[in-house]
Amino acid sequence: MAQIFPKWTNQVPRKILIGLIVLLNAIIFGVWYFFSPEYTDVGYAPEQPVPYSHKLHVDQLGLDCQYCHTSVFDSKQANIPPTQTCMNCHNQIKTDSEKLELVRESWQSGKAIEWVRVHNLADYAYFNHSAHVNVGVGCESCHGRIDKMEVVYQTEPLSMGWCLDCHREPEKYIRPVDEVTTMGYQVENQLEIGKELVDKKNIHAPTYCQGCHY
Amino acid sequence: MSKYQYVPEPALVKGDHDFSSLTRLVTDINLRETPKAWYLAMMGANALLMLMVIAIGYLIWEGIGIWGLNNPVGWGWAIINFVWWVGIGHAGTLISAILFLFRQDWRTAINRFAEAMTIFAVMCAGVFPAIHVGRIWAVYWLFPIPNQMQMWPNFNSPLLWDVFAVSTYFTVSLLFWYVGLVPDLATIRDRATDKIRKVTYGIFSLGWTGSNRHWWNYEKAYMILAGLATPLVLSVHTIVSFDFAVSMIPGWHTTIFPPYFVAGAIFSGFAMVLTLMIVARKIYGMKDIMTDDHMEKMNIVILVTGSMVGFAYIMEFFIAWYSGVEYEKAIFMLRATGPYAWAYWAMMTCNVFSPQFFWSKKLRRSVGFTFFISIVVNIGMWFERFVITVTSLANDYLPSSWDYYSPTIWDVMTYVGTFGLFFTMFLLFLRFLPMVALAEIKAVIPQADPHNYDEGTNEYIAPKVEVPEPQSEKV
Repeated sequence: MAQIFPKWTNQVPRKILIGLIVLLNAIIFGVWYFFSPEYTDVGYAPEQPVPYSHKLHVDQLGLDCQYCHTSVFDSKQANIPPTQTCMNCHNQIKTDSEKLELVRESWQSGKAIEWVRVHNLADYAYFNHSAHVNVGVGCESCHGRIDKMEVVYQTEPLSMGWCLDCHREPEKYIRPVDEVTTMGYQVENQLEIGKELVDKKNIHAPTYCQGCHY
Repeated sequence: MSKYQYVPEPALVKGDHDFSSLTRLVTDINLRETPKAWYLAMMGANALLMLMVIAIGYLIWEGIGIWGLNNPVGWGWAIINFVWWVGIGHAGTLISAILFLFRQDWRTAINRFAEAMTIFAVMCAGVFPAIHVGRIWAVYWLFPIPNQMQMWPNFNSPLLWDVFAVSTYFTVSLLFWYVGLVPDLATIRDRATDKIRKVTYGIFSLGWTGSNRHWWNYEKAYMILAGLATPLVLSVHTIVSFDFAVSMIPGWHTTIFPPYFVAGAIFSGFAMVLTLMIVARKIYGMKDIMTDDHMEKMNIVILVTGSMVGFAYIMEFFIAWYSGVEYEKAIFMLRATGPYAWAYWAMMTCNVFSPQFFWSKKLRRSVGFTFFISIVVNIGMWFERFVITVTSLANDYLPSSWDYYSPTIWDVMTYVGTFGLFFTMFLLFLRFLPMVALAEIKAVIPQADPHNYDEGTNEYIAPKVEVPEPQSEKV
């Protein structure tokens, strides 16, 4: 009887099988890596209407985070400062800087500057700033070294897995509340201090669904 | 002459068949032109399938609210139909794996058929867990796949075990079925005259030549798969029963559930095989292969498992009283006399009383009666799942929250639609694949025994058996 298939087809089933296994794994790990916020969102640095430099104001001039983001300890939002906050100083300093044109305009018209939001959480995730900073989660733990940023960008993925990293082991990240706004905070015995703080503050970071989604 | 009469085992294949007539009988169905009646049947099946597609489409569009679920009854037709279809799927593996390990040669006439039914039934079952999740685009959350949310399924939940149990069962059944098909596909490939069939069957017969080494590998693979599939027959419905038994609902939280579910599954599976077999053997002229003896043996299995199920029903009642748990007592009283008493007694009649007719040999061998009972049994098994799911939920601990459950048109359409899926697949199977395990059945026909041939003429002669005088008579 004549052969239906040429000889090379002998290898085809094996190749298909191996190919399928490789392909399936590639899809799963491809999605896991390339579709994750760690890949897509980290490094997001939108251009702001006013080229405000955190590096200059925080690092060189030594402003505390709360000078502008006043409500961080009291509210869900760590508010964006109103133009008035800028004008506290800038009605005296650099009053004719070109970069501040928009600020003065806003000051005169009373219309807010439209800053671009950098750290965007999904609407179905509830996040509260005061709940975090009041138990000693540092600003830089989520926002990175703002004091080194000319333009603010997202340093952390803000993904659910990333949230859970801390919620599962808060002692690895937590600090005394009066150090919350410190940039570059580091201690050698973090675990020891962390555990003490977790006990003292009675921290039970939720890891169940309704902790953040409801 | 002995005073004892020799009653030979009935031959497994009737009629004076040889290897080539069997080959023709089975594979001509796949090689001839498609009959008009097949197209008609396919149209009917596809119409039902469209019904399912519409029902699911609207479900995805509109949400689970289109089903009849209400506040106490959060599980309705979806899980009833899921358990029912999975249960039906149990006959195939039982016939092909367990009966294979027990050397029950009669299985060869029906195993291909029953395994196909199993696979299609599990597909129908799989529809329900896939569509019931509400947010269907997140259905992959059922599986433990690495993700940036660091979110895993709840490994403590029997619902997750179910995902594994059913998908494992499907995979193993499919492999088992396919391995058995390889030699027969090669037979069709060799008989095919046109290029398309040659190539298609050629691809799926994996280069089978029937060499000694091929057979050796085949037999080993088949044996290993039978060994793997055997525990699955018991484990799948055990885990399905855990969906209920692990929860704390009265009427569900019982240790009898696993064996009772498995018995019920085999009960309904055999009934479904019979329903399909009786129709198919008539249409395709397979009465020589799927004989009345096969039907009788299957009816005995139905009688045994039906009685086991009946025993379990009665034992549930006994334990409800004997345990002294008042909620358990209440729920069973409500089952028999409450708002769903009609369903309970439908279940009792269909599952417990109807198979008892099979104590009579005459009825066991009656084709029409068997067909009727096989359908009754599957109606009864559907009601069993309905009674278990709905009665326990509708009347829970708090009487103020009690509510009556009734399905909507969408529940009915989805369920009826799964028959469309089932029959579409089954018709494709009947048309394109050999419905009898040809290679296996050739080994068990009387004509395969070399002792049954006359050495001179090479003609088949029926075996002669002489019964010796019993030893004790001589003393």
